[in-house]
Amino acid sequence: MADLLRITNGERIPRAAIPSLALEEFLQALSDFVKADGYIVQLFAYRDGASNRLLAVLRNEALYVAGTEVGDSFPSLTKTASKKFHMFEREIAEQYGIRPEGHPWLKPVRYHANYAGRPDVFGNDYSVDIPGNYDYFTVEGEPIHEVAVGPVHAGIIEPGHFRFQCAGEEVLHLEIQLGYQHRGIEKMLTQVPQKRLPIICEGIAGDTSIGHNLCCCQAIEALAGLQVEKGASMVRVIGLELERIANHIGDLGALSGDVAFNPPAAYFGRMRGEFLNLLQVLCGNRFGKGLVRPGGVAHIMGAEQHGLIAKKLVEITPEIKNVCDLLFSAHTVQARFDNTGPVPLELAKELGLVGYAGRACGLPYDVRTAFPTERYTDLPGNTNATTLGDVNSRAAVRREEIMHSLSLIEMMLGQHKGEHKSVQMQQYQLAPSSLVVTLNEGWRGEVSHCVLTDDAGRIQRYKIKDPSFHNWTGLAMSLRNQEISDFPLCNKSYNLSYCGFDL
Amino acid sequence: MESILAYAIAILAAPLFPGIILKVKAFVAGKKGPPLLIKYYTLAKLFRKGSVYSTSTSFLFRMGPAVSMAAAVMALLFCPLAGMIPVLSFQGDVIVVFYIMGLGRFFTILAALDTASPFEGMGSAREAFFSMLAEATVFMVLILFYRLNGSLSFSGYFSGDNPITLTGPNGSLLLLVIVSMFMILLTENSRVPVDDPMTHLELTMIHEVMILDHSGPDLALIELGAFCKLIFYSVFIAHLLVPAKALEGPLYDVVFVVAVGAIYVAIGITESIMARLKMNLVPKFILTSFALVSFAAILTTMGFI
Repeated sequence: MADLLRITNGERIPRAAIPSLALEEFLQALSDFVKADGYIVQLFAYRDGASNRLLAVLRNEALYVAGTEVGDSFPSLTKTASKKFHMFEREIAEQYGIRPEGHPWLKPVRYHANYAGRPDVFGNDYSVDIPGNYDYFTVEGEPIHEVAVGPVHAGIIEPGHFRFQCAGEEVLHLEIQLGYQHRGIEKMLTQVPQKRLPIICEGIAGDTSIGHNLCCCQAIEALAGLQVEKGASMVRVIGLELERIANHIGDLGALSGDVAFNPPAAYFGRMRGEFLNLLQVLCGNRFGKGLVRPGGVAHIMGAEQHGLIAKKLVEITPEIKNVCDLLFSAHTVQARFDNTGPVPLELAKELGLVGYAGRACGLPYDVRTAFPTERYTDLPGNTNATTLGDVNSRAAVRREEIMHSLSLIEMMLGQHKGEHKSVQMQQYQLAPSSLVVTLNEGWRGEVSHCVLTDDAGRIQRYKIKDPSFHNWTGLAMSLRNQEISDFPLCNKSYNLSYCGFDL
Repeated sequence: MESILAYAIAILAAPLFPGIILKVKAFVAGKKGPPLLIKYYTLAKLFRKGSVYSTSTSFLFRMGPAVSMAAAVMALLFCPLAGMIPVLSFQGDVIVVFYIMGLGRFFTILAALDTASPFEGMGSAREAFFSMLAEATVFMVLILFYRLNGSLSFSGYFSGDNPITLTGPNGSLLLLVIVSMFMILLTENSRVPVDDPMTHLELTMIHEVMILDHSGPDLALIELGAFCKLIFYSVFIAHLLVPAKALEGPLYDVVFVVAVGAIYVAIGITESIMARLKMNLVPKFILTSFALVSFAAILTTMGFI
């Protein structure tokens, strides 16, 4: 770790301070770090003048950063070091045309031409409007049948392609191919006027608008040297936790609906709406859009809003407890949840699962306690009792998180005294030649944004990582040797983002 | 004449009863639910539409809905409704009826396979497997009834000199049959806990997935067939529940219709208080019904009753 620079969450680092290692040293350092129970937060390429560079942000108990210069290719670490590199290396190949030599399954992540205008690593012609020119893993043999689901689905959900290799009802392998919603957000963020940044970041994944936007605003704050008032910071925590509760409740309802147990599905559906309505009380938008802005929040939480939220929480908390009891005490539901879609702890570590998907496997990592920002520095963390890695654990972890989040909001409401200013988006002069990495525990897990500025203070590279980037592989592994009819249930227990992954 | 009238009423009323299930489920979930006549509206909507056919399908795909509907409607012909004698009846008609319904299923499966969709193939496999197991229970019930009553026709079962009824000498055995036949009703009509008629998730479906590619009037025929099939099983159970000789005339008919309604309410309650079974547990569920009837049949052979 001597070669890596230790940083903190949301801290501005001069680019000159980032250790620039030789490629071999860089790869060795990454490999060593990851093998010693380290995880990758970000690993991406960018153009610096005429050369390609790689930048890695790693975490164990602390955050570290390192960079290197790279040519047209580099030796892949996926095969030699860890599966954690798998998607990151594919993304580097796709975004900048840099080939990870020896990568075991090199195919596009999202299907778009690379940003650098270099020859395509995959040999695709992107002017042809086809769903994707790439191989799928296949299992051969007389009893094997292949089931392709999507990208257009029966429900009102996002597009994604799932390819199952089955022997009867048993799934031998599931491959997930996404990218259908690729909008080029990372590229767009370097080109648009600064004041559009929070608005675009709120649209990275519609159900994580506060999580992603908080990362963006914290990055701008670090680069522009802005301070956030304590009161505004509390409102941010309340917003993020309301978003978490609304999504977890919606998913518990959907899990219940997927096993055809209707009453909780109906009750949870109504309650999700109540929490979205609280976000509307807070900022005028049911999905928390327009709440967080660099320097604070755009809406003041006055006595009226404070009262409405506090009153609703008192009313709804016992209802949530009751409906959770109804769901978790029904033995037919337990029979469906238990032992369905398990991911063992060792595998979860190897894949680097984050958020509730990781915590349900026994990886306690939570950005709110590991690298706290805002008021999370003073707030208690959560612990999970059921960590077997199956659907039941993922559901139980969500239940525990709902209760924990409710208590956090209560604490914030108790501490929130008096007024704070409302801030609107302005044009800020960003610090030149700097790097900032921000992490937040969005409702799905670790959301991370990484911003590099050039010597004029313009954004040169904006890298986004949604927790789904790690966790989609977890879903694929959950299905190994499971019944194909349990796929919708497993899928819902993760409820990963398509657009957050596709960017 | 009365029988034909009753038959016509049964078919016309068949879409009403599933509305009861939806109402019960909505009530338990604290919702208002769709109107009671929702299935009529659905049928009217579907009949007004056109059907879409994939170019990769053949005449089999178009035959499926008509045959499955016709099979279900035909089965009702042999079924005594309330106090009426059935429209058609002969010795051995019970076997004909269950195989006519088997024929309907066979063509539904063919039509599903004809689409070459992997989903429909999976659904067909499940449907064929589960209904094969259900057939064992049904025939065990027929064996039992033959031993009790010596008849092989529905009218012989329920309206002869020696009707099969709860108040009869073998009433206690019928409790087992009622539970088994209710389980078979749930299985054969793709209800929870075997299948989920509400789901949109193709990978978990059994019956619904086989008809994914049917649209418009074709879908309406399939739906109508499904309603008739459900009412057939409900009437079968209602005959076991309502004592044939104790009540006379119109009162019997009223009680009978209420009993049929109660069976639909029971389906609604079952669907509200339990989740679906994992797919690999469904065979155990069906075979449980087989075990219950076998137990009843064994009791008759051992001379206890």
